[in-house]
Amino acid sequence: MTHLLSDLARQSLAALRLLVVMTVVLGVGYPAAVWAAGQVVADRADGQPVRLDGHVVGSRLIGQQFDGDQWFHGRPSPNDYDTLASAPSNLGPSNPDLLAGIEERRSEVAAREGVAPADVPPDALTASGSGLDPDISPAYARIQVARVARANGLPVAEVARLVTAHTDGRSLGFLGEPTVDVLGLNLAIATTVADRGGD
Amino acid sequence: MSDATSGLLTIAVLVALLAAAYVPLGDYMARVLTSTRHLRVERTVYRLTGVDPAAEQGARSYATSVVGFSLVSVVVLMAILLGQAHLPMSRDLPGMPWWMSFNTAVSFVTNTNWQSYAGESTLGFAAQMAGLAVQNFLSAAVGIAVAVALLRGFTKSRSGTLGNFWVDLTRATVRILLPLAFVAALLLVLGGVVQSFTDTTITTLAGHSQVLTGGPVASQESIKELGNNGGGFFNANSAHPFENPTALTNLLQVFLILVLPVALTRTLGTMLGNRRQGLAVLSVMGLLWSVSLAVTTWAEVGGHSAAARAAGAAMEGKETRFGEWASALFAVATTGTSTGAVNASHDSLTPAGGGAVLVNMMLGEVVPGGVGAGLYGILVMAILTVFVAGLMVGRTPELLGKKISARQMTYVALYTLTTPALVLVGTGAAIARGSTADAMGNPGGHGFSEVLYAYTSAANNNGSAFGGITVTSDFFQLTLGLAMLLGRLVPIVLVLLLAGSLAAQGKVPVTAGTLPTHTPLFVGMLVAVLVVMTGLTYFPALALGPIAEALT
Repeated sequence: MTHLLSDLARQSLAALRLLVVMTVVLGVGYPAAVWAAGQVVADRADGQPVRLDGHVVGSRLIGQQFDGDQWFHGRPSPNDYDTLASAPSNLGPSNPDLLAGIEERRSEVAAREGVAPADVPPDALTASGSGLDPDISPAYARIQVARVARANGLPVAEVARLVTAHTDGRSLGFLGEPTVDVLGLNLAIATTVADRGGD
Repeated sequence: MSDATSGLLTIAVLVALLAAAYVPLGDYMARVLTSTRHLRVERTVYRLTGVDPAAEQGARSYATSVVGFSLVSVVVLMAILLGQAHLPMSRDLPGMPWWMSFNTAVSFVTNTNWQSYAGESTLGFAAQMAGLAVQNFLSAAVGIAVAVALLRGFTKSRSGTLGNFWVDLTRATVRILLPLAFVAALLLVLGGVVQSFTDTTITTLAGHSQVLTGGPVASQESIKELGNNGGGFFNANSAHPFENPTALTNLLQVFLILVLPVALTRTLGTMLGNRRQGLAVLSVMGLLWSVSLAVTTWAEVGGHSAAARAAGAAMEGKETRFGEWASALFAVATTGTSTGAVNASHDSLTPAGGGAVLVNMMLGEVVPGGVGAGLYGILVMAILTVFVAGLMVGRTPELLGKKISARQMTYVALYTLTTPALVLVGTGAAIARGSTADAMGNPGGHGFSEVLYAYTSAANNNGSAFGGITVTSDFFQLTLGLAMLLGRLVPIVLVLLLAGSLAAQGKVPVTAGTLPTHTPLFVGMLVAVLVVMTGLTYFPALALGPIAEALT
């Protein structure tokens, strides 16, 4: 037993030394090297900032809270798109609170968009995995077109065109789901409204 | 293209990528781990560390090294977490509380990466990089080292030694994990994963305030998946768009999760000089993994839950860009290995889907299991299988030219009892406490599942969670921390003692009476042993949780 303990003490010294060496290599050198190489695509390494009039107003990748009829709305978020508290709802598949919440959202969205409750798509009724989902489904974007057009005084066809322009297909044509970039779309709406106001 | 076509194509491409990596990567790892030459950089490491790379270690010495290294790592990581306020780039965050830092340090050193904290609001960049990510590498390297030591138990004859832990650890880090993680991190940055050192506060388009959180995310993300660690830089883990921005990065992450455990079966075949044995082990893993994927995908895509029926699809807790198919695939990959990263909320999975990923962990993390840990885990189960077969025909069991006697079976029996005991005693103790009901995030059987999932994940060193549960009380921090520590070190010590006892034996010749262990028959027997063992151990607990929920 004493032999085992003295061996443990001796080995622990080697362990400590190795840990220090490895911390320098893996904990400082490696992330710094990835950062340096990432500067070749600095925009991506920095999280794809989105700018309006030179100011950063968000990231292509991170959803934002949009209320009000002039905007396309994102998915329900348990944290109101707070990036310092990324989280799903973690409500279980049989949780009565979740079931009630889904029904409540269904009637809200149906009333807001003037569509039948059955036509509200699933992503409008459910929170995402991060609470920061930047995207909605093309179906959810479609049912919002009429309201956004009306609220902004834009032709429906123009808004529908912008939705199409901000719809991404599956990655490489087959991976994942088709999505609509909500921030990019709302930015385009805002820009279009501003341009028309300037005419 | 339909969702089903897209989902099936994704799985096909994943399998093709794994198949392409299988031979070159598996053989490369075998070469690295058996080579007699040291790289110059490795010699420098040995000199700075004061290690004699030529010294061979017996089982006890090897085990002492692993335990000593792990305990020192826990202490150092705890110090970093407690004192992070004094480190650069701390984002003005205070040190982690005592019990949380104990739990977190144990979690990352044991390759579990259970997270009772939220990264974005708790940790500075230095603590993430120099504390957590370092252990992402080293804990995976420890897994590889122990697996290789067990393989040497089979290849060596009448030998008192198993190799040198420090050499195995250094090589696995320098020649396998670091280069692969570096390339993967670059690909992730190209795919949009963040690698910056600044947080930027902005005003959103609608006039709200939002912080665009920076961080060395890509460098941590690649080793998080490759090393089967799973600890997210952010709380939302791989569901967070800065960790996993597109369906393409998602596929890359699933590939990284699976590639080392899969290729290590080739390493096994190559090192044993019996490649069909490697394929047989891979077949066992692949069979069970496929069943798990089929069940989870059926449950999620089919929307077999009350919430999914109410909403029209099982999209609660899932990101739009991934959808149900890629979320189910990720969930099965991350729980079948000991990764524990998530790209969707496991708490919100359908009862059958959540149950399937829970069973994945209960199988003992062998489909295909953690880096190295999956390999030694399945070899232990293979010994149990030849033992059961030996009982049936009345012959002394043998595996890979080694006799399996009472001594080996003692280690195997203790190994197979350790994790279930930690899971069931831990769950039982937690449930017996009145305050646990308040910690549950969901009512009824699902709340019980959250507790069961927590101890299953901790003791099996997975790290994923049914995240609705609040685990910040001292009781959970301590008991889950102990479950992780004992669930890691006790099996490792037993495996090394087993390896030592095998290495000391001579080889027994193959005779007509030897049960071949590379055949479909043996694959079927090993699958059966795994399923029966898991079923016997966990069925009552599962019946109270996911099974009850699925049937209501």
